Amino acid sequence: MEKRVVFSKLGLPILLVAPQIIITLVFFIWPASQALYQSVLLEDAFGLKSEFVWLDNFIALFSDPHYLNSFARTVVFSAATAGLSLGVALFLAAMADRVLKGATAYRTLIVWPYAVAPAVAGVLWFFMFNPSIGILAYLLKGIGYDWNHYLDGTDAMILVVLAASWKQVSYNFLFFLAGLQAIPRSLVEAAAIDGARPFKRFWTIVFPLLSPTAFFLLVVNIVYAFFDTFGIVHATTSGGPAQSTTILVYKVFSDGFIGLDLGGSAAQSVILMAVVITLTVFQFRYIERKVAY
Amino acid sequence: MVENRPWLTVLSHAVLCLGVLVTALPIWIAFVASTHPSDSMLSGRTPLLPGGNMLENYATVLGTGVKAAGSIPVGTMLWNSLVMALMIAVGKIAISIIAAYAIVYFRFPLRKTCFWVIFITLMLPVEVRILPTFGVVASLDMLNSYWGLSVPLIASATATFLFRQFFLTVPEELAEAARIDGAGPLKFFRDILLPLSRTNIAALFVILFIYGWNQYLWPLLVTTDEGFYTIVMGIQRMLQAEDAEPAWHEIMATSMLAMLPPVLVVVFMQRLFVKGLIEQEK
Repeated sequence: MEKRVVFSKLGLPILLVAPQIIITLVFFIWPASQALYQSVLLEDAFGLKSEFVWLDNFIALFSDPHYLNSFARTVVFSAATAGLSLGVALFLAAMADRVLKGATAYRTLIVWPYAVAPAVAGVLWFFMFNPSIGILAYLLKGIGYDWNHYLDGTDAMILVVLAASWKQVSYNFLFFLAGLQAIPRSLVEAAAIDGARPFKRFWTIVFPLLSPTAFFLLVVNIVYAFFDTFGIVHATTSGGPAQSTTILVYKVFSDGFIGLDLGGSAAQSVILMAVVITLTVFQFRYIERKVAY
Repeated sequence: MVENRPWLTVLSHAVLCLGVLVTALPIWIAFVASTHPSDSMLSGRTPLLPGGNMLENYATVLGTGVKAAGSIPVGTMLWNSLVMALMIAVGKIAISIIAAYAIVYFRFPLRKTCFWVIFITLMLPVEVRILPTFGVVASLDMLNSYWGLSVPLIASATATFLFRQFFLTVPEELAEAARIDGAGPLKFFRDILLPLSRTNIAALFVILFIYGWNQYLWPLLVTTDEGFYTIVMGIQRMLQAEDAEPAWHEIMATSMLAMLPPVLVVVFMQRLFVKGLIEQEK
């Protein structure tokens, strides 16, 4: 779409786009190309000389069991977080769509965790599950489970998944509720007159109509689990115990800033960029973005 | 609805109440912990009802910080977070609204190129290019400064797109009428487009304020001087107390303070918040 009526000046528009273009070039394009460039270099330990090594860094990554393990952890973590938060949010939204009284109040009370920083959400759950004083760890001990996310990798993974999902339910709930409220009542009522019970109506009419929203949220949730959850992992488990919660974005950080492996970290950045670009393209190409709100 | 199923309505309310309770549980526990003296935490489990130490705990963290972790006063961190969040929100809105204006209302060489350069940033979250971006900021001597905290996060494709979409829906007649009346491009922008965009700006501001306030990785990298710590990343430093159990009552008080401003924004500006969130994803 283009405007027919335009102003014909030359200096002014350049001046207007300049700030954004300069910031984009300096802080986005240049660093990203640096990452691309470094990912094919091998630097010695003192950073004195570097050597062009083609794709050796990538080959090294994919033959490194730690990296493959981190990949697997990320897949488990994203699938669990997206599944849990989407499922809970859809269930709550379907219920909120049913009740006529108080739907707005429920929305307010469920939506606010969106404003909580991932790192803070992580700390809150970390505290509740603290093996020595946490209330949830105490309850689990009561039913005979000895919770310890400092030692047990599965416990640590459950901890970060719960914290990540707790925060994300609010967002999904908001979109599901908007999607549900946009479904024409007449369709649902016609089915009710034909004798379809609520459960059947949900799966045969409401859910298919909601699927564009669901697909869109799925992509958003995967992006969230891949990138925005750095704070949760860093503030609580620091990737441990024994790398059981080292998701990819945490590994880029720890290899680059703590391990000082520039080439390896840059190669990981490039792989992550490829993941984001794939997800974005997927979202634009195959998913109807104009979800009915 | 055409049918009356009272049991299902009751069930819906029950499920929603349960959802609200689970949502609120971590905050309640954090609040309770923040009102107790340090020794109630050592008894083996967290208490469930508030204690009497609320004012002391909050005064301590705000005024002097968490001693055991040698942190700076939380008041300073709150200030840093506020400055960073406002700079990011205002900066993003300012540069993207003028960029969108130029792209929609002018024809100039490289216009398409500019559009694509901005578009690409949509695909590059800061998390995937941390090391090189850190290198750029370090070489520009922007570490440990408010500029270093905010400027690299300011360029935003989403805000530019939002304004571009909105400008495209503004009727052509307005620009024509303005031109016939002799208004230049700057006057048209200031007197017609800006007032029309008011709600969009406000909605975007709410979202971007929360985004800026909750930044974690970036402040962690660019601040080594404690005086520039923001509250969200400061909490992590408090957990790293060397010798003993972390000072949970003070950490939880800090967490409550870290959550308060963005949560208040969401609760009290909910209409704008919902609008901003939904528009941003279109």
